[in-house]
Amino acid sequence: MDQLLNDFSPGLFIMQAIILLILIFLMAKFAWKPILNSLNDREEGIQNALDEAENARKEMQNLQADNERLLKEAREERDAMMKDAREIKDKILADAKTEAEAQTTTMIENAKATIVQEQKAAIAELKKKVGELSIGIAQTVVQKELSSQDDHLKLVEGMLEKVTLN
Amino acid sequence: MARNITIKFIAILVLTLSALSAFASSGGDAPKKAGQINTKKEIKDYINHHLADSHDFALYSYTNDTGERKHVGFSLPVIIWTSKGLRTFMSSKFHHNDNGHLIVDANGVKLTKIHSKIYELDKGASEVSFDENHHATNAHKVLDFSITKSVFGMLIASLLMFLGFRSLANGYKKGAIPTGFARVLEPLVLYVRDEIARPNIGEKHYRKFMGFLLTVFFFIWVLNLLGLTPLGFNVTGNIAITVCLALFTFIIVQFSANKDYWKHIFWMPGVPVLMKIVLMPIEILGMLTKPFSLLIRLFANITAGHAVVMGLISVAYITRETLGAAGGFSVSLLLSLFISLIEILVAFLQAFIFTMLSSLFIGMAVEEHDHDHAHTADGHGEEDNAIV
Repeated sequence: MDQLLNDFSPGLFIMQAIILLILIFLMAKFAWKPILNSLNDREEGIQNALDEAENARKEMQNLQADNERLLKEAREERDAMMKDAREIKDKILADAKTEAEAQTTTMIENAKATIVQEQKAAIAELKKKVGELSIGIAQTVVQKELSSQDDHLKLVEGMLEKVTLN
Repeated sequence: MARNITIKFIAILVLTLSALSAFASSGGDAPKKAGQINTKKEIKDYINHHLADSHDFALYSYTNDTGERKHVGFSLPVIIWTSKGLRTFMSSKFHHNDNGHLIVDANGVKLTKIHSKIYELDKGASEVSFDENHHATNAHKVLDFSITKSVFGMLIASLLMFLGFRSLANGYKKGAIPTGFARVLEPLVLYVRDEIARPNIGEKHYRKFMGFLLTVFFFIWVLNLLGLTPLGFNVTGNIAITVCLALFTFIIVQFSANKDYWKHIFWMPGVPVLMKIVLMPIEILGMLTKPFSLLIRLFANITAGHAVVMGLISVAYITRETLGAAGGFSVSLLLSLFISLIEILVAFLQAFIFTMLSSLFIGMAVEEHDHDHAHTADGHGEEDNAIV
């Protein structure tokens, strides 16, 4: 301890204090401050870049999700449209079928009615013709004065042959 | 791979040079046997002489053909405050005399140098008389502001630091990534900031202490490393230097302390009143022992390192007769290489520990107890004193 105290040099202590003070001041002003500031700036820059990248990634994810959603919606819409179209088509087909059937039925009925009418008309005509014919025959028979039985028969047969029933 | 080789080469170079340094300067000042140091007493004196500061920069000395002792090196300016005012002259005036036999007259002040200390002779005395403990009886020490070897070393270290880190700072103007040697310096700065200052002081306050912590870290480290070179500086192993460094820490701690810190010292919260009174002197003592431990640790480690390296080198001289010159030399070389390797680690370690503990003490002083002693009952109030 005695030796230690003897070795202690107050002058050296003061010199050291002065040098250290000046050194701290100079280093702080000309070295540490710019160095630490630059390091901070750089670290902040790196952090910002990382944050930005992260944000971009998230945005990208959002966009992708959006896209997928849109795609899904579009698909659903398409499906719905297709379904509608199919339904419309079916309906149109069904309608057409019903209408056609109805029309056909009407036409058939009309045809039937016409046929019946025609038939009636034909029968009436026929009746009329038969009547006329009968009158004609009767007339002729009466005009020839009915000479013989055989002649009568021949005459009727010959007349009947001439008549065509339609 | 190439870098590895370079590092190894530099490491070997430093080790070899540091080992050689003591061989080269082992001439010392024992002129009676033409500069040869053989006995254990002489070795001890020589080591002590090296550990002390010196007023000139001696590289080596030798004895020439005519038996005259030659010293190679250069003298440094002596600046002293004597009873008759300031005196300045070059240290060459003392002619390497270190035992008080040479009296230098500097404008009416009689001066002499004993064991690297400059003494002023009392009035009327013309030569120094010693008591039985070899203490000068008729001379007293002067206030010595000389550019001694230690001061010179500090100036070199300061210059190296300033140039190195100035180049790093300028490098950032060219780009965010440093190039060349600055690439080595940047991780060191980051290390001090991220591993020493930030965790100990805290994110909020660390910035304003960075100037001191970085400066002290690199100052101590560079000086420790300079001490391992053949130039033979022993700056950080000088008690005046470590006292000054620790005092800086002490002052910074006291001036940056918040009121919680003082409260913990003078009126420890969370303990009974009687304990508060008992704890007060203990805490005040603790406040003083912290910087004291800093200064003793650094001083003792570096001094011991230098003493051990020199002691191991002197093994070559002690074992010269038993092992032969080559045997002694190789044993000594091996041992001193090994210890020099450890000393390189110690050089970093001591700079680290000093800065680490400084920032820890600062951290304790600026720590904020926002919960204001909710930990009263459970005794957690003691956590501040975990490391003293």
